[in-house]
Amino acid sequence: MKRGPSPFNIASVVLGLAFLYAPIVILVVYSFNASRLVTVWGGFSTRWYVALFQDAQMLDAVWVTLRVGVLSATLATVLGTLAAVALVRGGFRGRTALAGGVYATLVMPEVILGLSLLLLFVAAGLPRGFWTVTLSHSTLTLAYATVVVQARLATFDRNLEEAAQDLGCPPWKAFALVTLPGIAPAVAAAWMLAFTLSLDDLVIASFTSGPGATTLPMRLYSQVRLGVDPKINAVSTLLIGLVATGVIAVYLTQQRRRGRGGPGK
Amino acid sequence: MDPGADGALNCRTPSPRPQIGGVRSSFAPWEDPAARPLVRFDGVSKAFGDTVAVKAVDLSIYEGEFFALLGPSGCGKTTLMRMLAGFESPDAGRIMLEGRDIQADPPHRRPVHMMFQAYALFPHLNVAQNIGFGLRRQGMAKAEIAGRVEEMLALVKLEGLGGRRPDQLSGGQRQRVALARALAPRPRILLLDEPMAALDKKLREETQFELMSLQQSLGMTFMIVTHDQDEAMVVADRIAVMREGRIVQAGRPAEIYEAPADRYVAGFIGDVNLFEGRVSAAEGPLLRLQAGDDRFDAEGAAAVGDQVWLAVRPEKIAIHLDPPADPRNRLAGKILDYGYLGDWTTYLVEVAPGRTIRAARANTTRAVDRPLGCGDPVWLTFAPSSAVVLTK
Repeated sequence: MKRGPSPFNIASVVLGLAFLYAPIVILVVYSFNASRLVTVWGGFSTRWYVALFQDAQMLDAVWVTLRVGVLSATLATVLGTLAAVALVRGGFRGRTALAGGVYATLVMPEVILGLSLLLLFVAAGLPRGFWTVTLSHSTLTLAYATVVVQARLATFDRNLEEAAQDLGCPPWKAFALVTLPGIAPAVAAAWMLAFTLSLDDLVIASFTSGPGATTLPMRLYSQVRLGVDPKINAVSTLLIGLVATGVIAVYLTQQRRRGRGGPGK
Repeated sequence: MDPGADGALNCRTPSPRPQIGGVRSSFAPWEDPAARPLVRFDGVSKAFGDTVAVKAVDLSIYEGEFFALLGPSGCGKTTLMRMLAGFESPDAGRIMLEGRDIQADPPHRRPVHMMFQAYALFPHLNVAQNIGFGLRRQGMAKAEIAGRVEEMLALVKLEGLGGRRPDQLSGGQRQRVALARALAPRPRILLLDEPMAALDKKLREETQFELMSLQQSLGMTFMIVTHDQDEAMVVADRIAVMREGRIVQAGRPAEIYEAPADRYVAGFIGDVNLFEGRVSAAEGPLLRLQAGDDRFDAEGAAAVGDQVWLAVRPEKIAIHLDPPADPRNRLAGKILDYGYLGDWTTYLVEVAPGRTIRAARANTTRAVDRPLGCGDPVWLTFAPSSAVVLTK
């Protein structure tokens, strides 16, 4: 009758999950706190959500962050997919150099990346604002998107592309009709990763943003320094909900695909 | 019946000359000097880095032919096929399709379709969409595509499975979808890259015959690449045996088997016993060979004093329990081992210490008066016309 996990296993799982998620749970719980004091429970209330939706500055920051996230993630995913194709398929000179160049940002400290981007924008005479943050976030997330897509592409059956060409597709069309559907889950995952990275970036945004383009992490950081407002808990809860919904949605679509016996081999 | 027992042919009066292989076929455009080949390889060479894959290959394939490229892995046969499909370009030479050099055409503009070894079915499309893929690229109307797809499904006996996804099919069904997909746009020539490598033996044999009847009923030209000699022998009108990037011999299966060009072909296709020797006398087509202490008579073309190899297939060697009266081409030995295959039994006969001969016997009766066993003394004979004299 020695079935099921041992007490030791249960304990370690509970402790591990608590370590990971207790802060988040506390944050979510306190976002429904009626009290103004962050540390004192004053009963259930949604007043801070109401207050949040009346805070134009905060809402503006959320809107900027979402737009920056969507645009930079899309740009990074497109460029990252192209880079991955070049790295996996291209038999050209300097491929190693390209790979090194793409991956360099993975190991480069964000402070340095942010500073160098700032210097670039200043030198180029670009006014800092929404577009400079978006471009910078694409730079930051490009390497991650490339790695994710490249891993899938490396195991993708080259014969499928050749079969498509053999049946009348020019190379670009073979890529669009056969390769892209095959690597779509990886491309979606790359986009999600890039979007999430952009969403919680503070360092690079601080360097490259300008007036009128304050992202949510920047707004939260400056507010926390002035004192913790329960609205922060509310906006954080909404963000967690958004990201969790996205992750679960991606997971479920992939499960459905697999259940139906999709392209996973 | 003892194969080779009819070997007492009188070789001095060989007319009317029997035809090699004993299978009659009137289809032989390659023997007609006026026939224009559908595909012509003209001095084609290809190297990958330092490795030469294909060396100066000249080859013509004719309309309606089922042509096999046969050779061990790495002999360049797949490279040759991929050059025709357009996935590799030759370093030297030309490839002509219907008299036109197709060097400049990319793969998607060549009316040549390929069935890939692992089938390469598109996993995100269903069977009907896979088969219709090439038709859509040709800009065919939707209704017409649907009609052609149904036609193809019926042709490969997959009616009603158009809505399935490739991973819901068995290996044999997938193979048929791949075939239908490559055939649907009606290519000028269909290329088959080891099409049956993934099938089990029984299914492979069935598929071989289906492929042949399909090719004949459609009147299309097929080119198959295979390392399986049995497969090539069964399906092909003509076989080209490749070795290290070169074509060693091209001909009908019977010619390749019964009249191999050299020792390599003789050994690659089927089993063979080789005797090395010198021509000691010649009398018309009949040669007398001295091979060590043995003397053999055989028909062939070689000059006195030439070094030659005598190739004799196991099934052309007769096994006798009592010494035959005729001392020509006779070897005495002991049965060392045997393999019972059901339809045939192959005997390994030791004729000298360390020297064995393979002889095969068809099991035409269920019971034998004097069954053979290990250690039994036997005599082997073969007719002078059953041996092939090879000069290289």
